[in-house]
Amino acid sequence: MAAIVQVNDLCKQYKNATAAVSNLSFTVNQGDVYGFLGQNGAGKSTTIRMLLSLISPTSGDITMFGKKLSTHRSDILKQVGAVIEKPDLYKYLTAYDNLAIFAKMSGLKITKALVMDQLQMVGLHDRAHSKVKDFSQGMKQRLGIAVALIHNPNLVILDEPTNGLDPQGIADIRNLILRLSKELHKTVIISSHLLSEIEVIANRMIIIHKGKKIVEGVVNELLDPAHTVIDIQAVNQADAVQKLQASCWASNVQQSNKLQLMLNKNAIPTLIQDCVAMQIELQGIHTSHSLENYFLSLTTQQGHVDPFTN
Amino acid sequence: MWTLLQIELFKISKRPRTYIAFIAIAAIVFIFQFAFKADGQSYMDLMLQSVKDSFELEKTKAINGYFMCYIILNTLLIQVPILVALIAADSISGEANMGTLRLLMTKPISRTQLILVKFAAATIFTLMLLVWMAITALFASLLIFGADDMLIFRVKGEDSQILQITKDDIMWRYWAAFGYATVALTVIAALSLLLSIFAENSIGPIIATVCIVIVCTIISNINVPIIDKNVKPYLFTSYLVGWKGFFYIGTNQDGAPIKGSLENWPAIRNSLFILIGHIVAIVGLSIWIFNKKDILS
Repeated sequence: MAAIVQVNDLCKQYKNATAAVSNLSFTVNQGDVYGFLGQNGAGKSTTIRMLLSLISPTSGDITMFGKKLSTHRSDILKQVGAVIEKPDLYKYLTAYDNLAIFAKMSGLKITKALVMDQLQMVGLHDRAHSKVKDFSQGMKQRLGIAVALIHNPNLVILDEPTNGLDPQGIADIRNLILRLSKELHKTVIISSHLLSEIEVIANRMIIIHKGKKIVEGVVNELLDPAHTVIDIQAVNQADAVQKLQASCWASNVQQSNKLQLMLNKNAIPTLIQDCVAMQIELQGIHTSHSLENYFLSLTTQQGHVDPFTN
Repeated sequence: MWTLLQIELFKISKRPRTYIAFIAIAAIVFIFQFAFKADGQSYMDLMLQSVKDSFELEKTKAINGYFMCYIILNTLLIQVPILVALIAADSISGEANMGTLRLLMTKPISRTQLILVKFAAATIFTLMLLVWMAITALFASLLIFGADDMLIFRVKGEDSQILQITKDDIMWRYWAAFGYATVALTVIAALSLLLSIFAENSIGPIIATVCIVIVCTIISNINVPIIDKNVKPYLFTSYLVGWKGFFYIGTNQDGAPIKGSLENWPAIRNSLFILIGHIVAIVGLSIWIFNKKDILS
């Protein structure tokens, strides 16, 4: 797969502040849905803004489509569509006018059919001539995506696209992103602070924290079932801990005080059977992934598990 | 660039605030016209009080369309910078406030292009305001009050003067005055644009523009030699009312007006160059700053 985006040792230091991004390097390949994960303030938006040349890096290189962003900005941006945080558009203009304006800016010769097709794609064709000020957040988000896609870009960058949306809105955006990837073969970079969101959309991802890369890789490998974390609640917790530590599961016990085990997801039925056989009265079992726990520990600043690294 | 400019003008035309300036000008002009139609004679009596015995003119003819336009321009051109700032100060800060600036800058247009287009749009808006002033203050006044020779009341140093320009020698002076005013107000537009780069809503740059104009105007009117020599020549406000120079008619050795002449064309020309220099410097500074700016909003 050809690299669409290559970032090397990217740094951004704001005046009188700590580094927003430190020596960040990553690669996005053609056809990837690349998840950009980090808690609020981790440096996701700063990195994405540098990819779009809204912010100039303090140091480091960004190469997109084989060209340096610093010297080929216009050429590169012709192939990029983006929605940055909220989809802010001209509220006093209609959906049609907004789309037409940004299409013209991208150098397109617009036709009514082109604009209406794009509105149709995001389900807004029947509101083409309504002013954006009357739109819901979800409708604005969909229109923002239409604006990002009107010039048929090869790379789509979406910064927290599901923020502020209701569950249906979130599902619509997810489906749209999956369609962009699978049917239209676009490369997508999507940022989020929710692992669950990245997990269902992205094929590769990076986690950043305080501007630094924590982990990067293929989502299926990073979320390997072998690293499933099981939290067990028993009627007599101390007794349950004792029995499990004396059993063949002893090596899987991560934190004895909370009765947390790490094992392969497929082994959960056997664990339950063994617990029953050892007369451990179970009250509940909660499964999660070590990466998810690690990510949560970043968010809550509590060390649940050791950092997951590849 | 042309497409971007078309888009910018389209956006300006769709914003309700654009029309506030046009409505304000029409309202002020109408009030002037109504007041002079109703009681202009009193004003003229007051102005001609000191010269009523020595100046031969029918007072009823003195209040005519040309005279009305001159009176209105004297008042309005002090207020118009505020109206220009309403739009120009919103150029970048308005986009930042709406959040559209970052979307704009993800499109394949350069920052220099954006500033130039915003400046061009603000200049066109300024021009449109002045065309509207010409229509309402000049042509409407000519329709209401008719055309005749024009009297200009002028304070020159310690003396007061009354200049008379024949009606066939006036119209070109108005065109030249409106052209000069366009350049002068474009400096205000450029200043507002520069200030709008630093803000995330348009209120700050509008107020800052007005404050700068007021402070500089006050300084321009302080008659102290050290300021006259060292400060005033560098303030754009010293040249804002330079359009009046087109109505100061040249005279011969006997003091008789020379048709088609100007009293001091080199001064007007120099003022124009200085204003254009301000525009180039301010727009250049805007481009430089905007190219270095991190777009966070």
